[in-house]
Amino acid sequence: MYQAIVFLPLLGCILAGLISLAGARARFPGGEPSEFDHGHGGHESHAAAHDAHGHDDHGAHEPAAAGSRFAELATTALLFISMLLSWLAFVKVGLGQEEFRAPILQFITVGDLKVDWGLRVDTLTTVMLVVVTSISAFVHLYSIGYMEEDPYRPRFFSYLSLFTFSMLMLVTADSLVQLFFGWEGVGLMSYLLIGFWYHKPEANAAAIKAFLVNRVGDFGFSLGIFAVFYLTGAVDFDTIFAQAPALSGKTFHFLSWDLDALTVVCLLLFMGAMGKSAQFLLHTWLPDAMEGPTPVSALIHAATMVTAGVFMVARLSPLFELAPIAQSVVIFIGASTALFAATVGLVQNDIKRIVAYSTCSQLGYMFVAMGVGAYSVGMFHLFTHAFFKALLFLGCGAVIIAMHHEQDIRRMGGLKSRIPFTYWMMFIGTLALTGFPFTAGYFSKDAIIEAAFVGHNPMAIYGFVCTVIAAGLTSFYSWRLMFKTFHGEPHDHHHHEAAHEPHITMLVPLGALATGAILAGMPFKELFAGHGVAEFFRGSLTFAAGNKVLEEMHHVPVWVALTPTVMMALGLLVAWQFYIRRPDIPAALARQYKPLYTFLLNKWYFDELYDFLFVKPAMWIGRTLWKRGDGWLIDGFGPDGVSARVLDVTRNVVRLQTGYLYHYAFAMLIGVAAFITWFMFASGGH
Amino acid sequence: MIAAVFFYLFASICVASAFMVIAARNPVHSVLFLILTFVNAAGLFVLMGAEFLAMILVVVYVGAVAVLFLFVVMMLDVDFVELRQGVLNYLPIGALVGLVVLVELLLVLGGWAIGENVTAAITAPIPPAADVSNTAALGALLYTRYVYFFQAAGVVLLVAMIGAIVLTLRHKPYVRRQSIAEQNARSKASQLSVKQVRSGEGLSQGLQ
Amino acid sequence: MNQALQFPALQALYPEILLVVGAMALLMLGVFRGDRSTGAVNGFAVLLLVAAGILVCLQDGTASAFHGSFVSDPFARFLKVVALIGSAVTIVLATEFLSAPHRQRYEFAILIMLATAGMMVLISATDLIALYLGLELMSLSLYVIAALDRDSLRSTEAGLKYFVLGALSSGMLLYGSSLVYGFTGTVEFAGIAKAAQNGGLGLTFGLVFLFAGLCFKVSAVPFHMWTPDVYEGAPTPVTAFFASAPKVAAMSVFVRASMTAFPGIAEQWQQIIVFVSIASMVLGGFAGIGQTNIKRLMAYSSIGNMGYALIGLAAGSPDGVQSVLIYVSLYVAMTLGMFACIIAMRRADGPVEKIADLAGLARTKPAMAFFLAMLLFSLAGVPPLAGFFGKFYVFLAAMKAGLYTLAILGVLASVVAAYYYLAIVKIMYFDEPATPFEPMRGELKTVLAVSGLFVLLFFVYPAPLVEAAAAAAKSLF
Repeated sequence: MYQAIVFLPLLGCILAGLISLAGARARFPGGEPSEFDHGHGGHESHAAAHDAHGHDDHGAHEPAAAGSRFAELATTALLFISMLLSWLAFVKVGLGQEEFRAPILQFITVGDLKVDWGLRVDTLTTVMLVVVTSISAFVHLYSIGYMEEDPYRPRFFSYLSLFTFSMLMLVTADSLVQLFFGWEGVGLMSYLLIGFWYHKPEANAAAIKAFLVNRVGDFGFSLGIFAVFYLTGAVDFDTIFAQAPALSGKTFHFLSWDLDALTVVCLLLFMGAMGKSAQFLLHTWLPDAMEGPTPVSALIHAATMVTAGVFMVARLSPLFELAPIAQSVVIFIGASTALFAATVGLVQNDIKRIVAYSTCSQLGYMFVAMGVGAYSVGMFHLFTHAFFKALLFLGCGAVIIAMHHEQDIRRMGGLKSRIPFTYWMMFIGTLALTGFPFTAGYFSKDAIIEAAFVGHNPMAIYGFVCTVIAAGLTSFYSWRLMFKTFHGEPHDHHHHEAAHEPHITMLVPLGALATGAILAGMPFKELFAGHGVAEFFRGSLTFAAGNKVLEEMHHVPVWVALTPTVMMALGLLVAWQFYIRRPDIPAALARQYKPLYTFLLNKWYFDELYDFLFVKPAMWIGRTLWKRGDGWLIDGFGPDGVSARVLDVTRNVVRLQTGYLYHYAFAMLIGVAAFITWFMFASGGH
Repeated sequence: MIAAVFFYLFASICVASAFMVIAARNPVHSVLFLILTFVNAAGLFVLMGAEFLAMILVVVYVGAVAVLFLFVVMMLDVDFVELRQGVLNYLPIGALVGLVVLVELLLVLGGWAIGENVTAAITAPIPPAADVSNTAALGALLYTRYVYFFQAAGVVLLVAMIGAIVLTLRHKPYVRRQSIAEQNARSKASQLSVKQVRSGEGLSQGLQ
Repeated sequence: MNQALQFPALQALYPEILLVVGAMALLMLGVFRGDRSTGAVNGFAVLLLVAAGILVCLQDGTASAFHGSFVSDPFARFLKVVALIGSAVTIVLATEFLSAPHRQRYEFAILIMLATAGMMVLISATDLIALYLGLELMSLSLYVIAALDRDSLRSTEAGLKYFVLGALSSGMLLYGSSLVYGFTGTVEFAGIAKAAQNGGLGLTFGLVFLFAGLCFKVSAVPFHMWTPDVYEGAPTPVTAFFASAPKVAAMSVFVRASMTAFPGIAEQWQQIIVFVSIASMVLGGFAGIGQTNIKRLMAYSSIGNMGYALIGLAAGSPDGVQSVLIYVSLYVAMTLGMFACIIAMRRADGPVEKIADLAGLARTKPAMAFFLAMLLFSLAGVPPLAGFFGKFYVFLAAMKAGLYTLAILGVLASVVAAYYYLAIVKIMYFDEPATPFEPMRGELKTVLAVSGLFVLLFFVYPAPLVEAAAAAAKSLF
């Protein structure tokens, strides 16, 4: 059953991939001169080729490959099966208290390094399985409607399924190497899906940016894996965790410093998490990733892949629990991200980017929870966030479709009457995100803030302050989005008139996720943040002996428990004041505090800063190495130079051959004279 | 004493005329100097008691080869002035190389150290000159011990002969040659026919 | 004088006697039958060469004759067979050249036979006189056939240049011999070796002059200058001959003289050989790149190849001699195949010699192009073709003898040389086809196919050649 959960998406990927390949061949039958046309329907393929040449710029007019519908249905159906099995696993493992290990195959055995490929299914895994397969299944379904006009649908579904497979490999990983395999797999699929519309330059740039920024994190991650192997001689979790307590106090000697080994390891591993989860400093790729199709944003850049970093920290809780300094860093980064992303979200105008910054901010919440040692609470927020954030993204997708690919909220307005179903779904999502009482987000977010309040880590109070402020800001920008999009006067009448509710395949997922956004909180509260934690998670999360956060968070002062709700209400009121009652205020404020406004609008100038600090010097180094290093030095003194010198020598040697007899004779005489002179002096001592 | 005088006489004339062979402006003079060199070398052979070699040198080299050279030089009309035009350009470096080689050889010959048994090895096989004549001794050796070299040298000369013929002999058509065999093979019957010529009719019809 | 009455033991010389007497008999045939007999003379000449080869193979052990002036040992027999093969194949290759009415020269085959006899004398020579006579017998024949096409300006020029420079080199060799004789008192190699144990500058000078003469014959730098001009000017079959058998003979006497006459002053002659070898490899590599005429290219190729063969000699060990023998045999096989191709380069209006004329050969004559490409790859030393093994053994011997610099320079030079070999392959396979050549004659096809297959399949069963070479090398020590 567990194998089926993991490998069904791979099967779907292969099916859709084959159909996509067949379609590509039919579309360009003469693409490779040496290839024979195997006759995928000879005449149609010719027509398709003509069509392709005529409308290269806009793919929408091309017919999709034969079997596209089958590809969609097959992948979606397989994902739904996988989802059902996952829930079953959740019940069996999480509630039924049964764990599962399955070796799949031996992968690498070199010296001490032994990497086997196996499935590890415990509660932590099943939580992720449920999240991944559920969101993925609904996104698949949604995509059938969303991608209706795209001729490359089989490729899209193939990518989606392969992404899901990679993600499942990641969460079922039994060793750091397998985790890394899934980690890179999702990174690759993220790259491919962001750049799915590869004829758009921005999409390509965004895809490359996402990939490169993640390289920075992955560099740290791989160094972390090496360090772990160096310390423990193993990469599988069981061995590592068993040895972890013995490692505390050990040091690395690096240059002239003695560094605490576990702290270093945890920080390096956390660096990977920062990249994947778009945390402060490595966050720049996530907003740009919105160039990809909206279902991709919902699946990868909101619900699943970006939470891999959180999952990783939770999985490695036995290590982090022993490294308080690393935990402080986690809190600091998480809290800063939560606040920073929320401030940027205040002034953005692209509907998807607002949601993207919101995601960034919410991921910061999760890391704060991880940092203070409330791992289950972080996982709880991950769980609920997946539902309402996917819902918000899919809602955005519906709005974008309705507005005919318009994404700027300043051009929207008054859509409530045109697409009421979407409106109400988005409304639910926003309630959950802002933490309206008794929605899913309310339970998880409040729990995080409470945990931060009681945390013993010196950085915990910083986390508490930041998350509380961020809660207010979240409420403000979320409602700002709602009000500007759905209320007020329409700004673009042409599009407004044409707006209509999307296809049923898109509405069903919205409804399902909205249900999740409401119901994912209450029933699971006890399991994740209440008294059932120890029984539910058992060995999959480790809490150090002195870690009483989960216990103490139930005894916080009342004002702490109320603060998030108050902040949420405050944000809502301000938004209502700004965008419903007095729509002129925001503009006036922006004028009055212009520097602050532009600072936020330009996302704290991070892109420009990185451009100056890293991109420009890297380009310079690259260009220098290319032009001077490779072209001038290596080519000049290497192949080109050598061949040029050879030709010079040849020219001179050939010139010696004059054709005159006496020259030849003279050369011989000189040769003899040189030899005897040589011996004259060489053997002068004899 | 007298032998020493003649040795130095022959030797100095030999070297001097050898130098003149290459230094003379007129090629005919060069050949004549060459003959002088040969004659003096023959004199040196006589002094060493090798009278056969001396006579061979005079007969073959002076009498045949050098005279042949003389004819060739006179008949070919080679413009030596033209040939020597480039000499001055190459003289300095040529002279330098020549000088270097010469000096080095002199240095080596100055330290001439003949192995202990070398003299014996060189003189051993020759029977005492009193016992047998020079010619007989050479012949006895050449046709027995060195018959291999003698025959090989013969083949070399054969090749030289073939080469000369191959490169120069041309069978020109339309050249009248005397063929004695053909002449001898002629008979009266094949060449003569008797015709009766009637008076008053002339020759023209009857002979054709 | 009892000695004079004794008839010398001639068994060891039967092959040579057969060749010389046969040559004279064929000469008579030619003289009396005229140029019409060219075909017959050629045929008989090949038969006689083959018969001589069989006689050589029938001998065994070490037999010497004429007071040690002539020796028949495994070393001599190995090289004699190679030289005889080279000569016989040359006559076969020349069939077409000699079939034109104005070039029906029966003397060609006779001169080749006499030259071959000279080579055999040379190969068996164990004293300086035999060495000189053999060398002259061979060279004189070569001078003549270089100018064989006497109506062609280039051919006569080639003959004249070769003759004058050859005479100069012979003079040096004689001068060197006289110095050696003067310092050691003997002309026999064994005797020289005995007398030369102490060395001495005079002897070294003699050695230098002697080696200068021999270097001229193997066309090693700086005594190589005649090679490109003569190769280009001489008729192509003659060039094929120059590049094959005489090189074998000259290399053999080089090896024998160095190993048996001068082991006492090995240090001195190794210096000369190392220098000459490096200079030849380097010049052969660099100068070949600039050539447009394929015969000139082959001239530089042979200069370079002789440089590689000399590496083995420089090693001065049994391994080194063995590697020289292997290298020379493989070189002859490759060269004959190459010249079969070059002779086949003829269009309706006559033979062509430009490398550019080979353009697109792969499309007009795929089989010829394939074999030619194999030969070129082999010359460049690409494994697993025969040429690779030749270079491999030579370099191995050099490394064993500690001559690392020489081996490394050799490898580098072979990289340079590979350029022009591979450039021809490129021209044949990737350039637009030029006008196709006339159909290849049967005997050329045979020679090319045999040579190509030998080169291609040598690695499958190299043992006979390698073992024979090892046995031959052992007989010198």
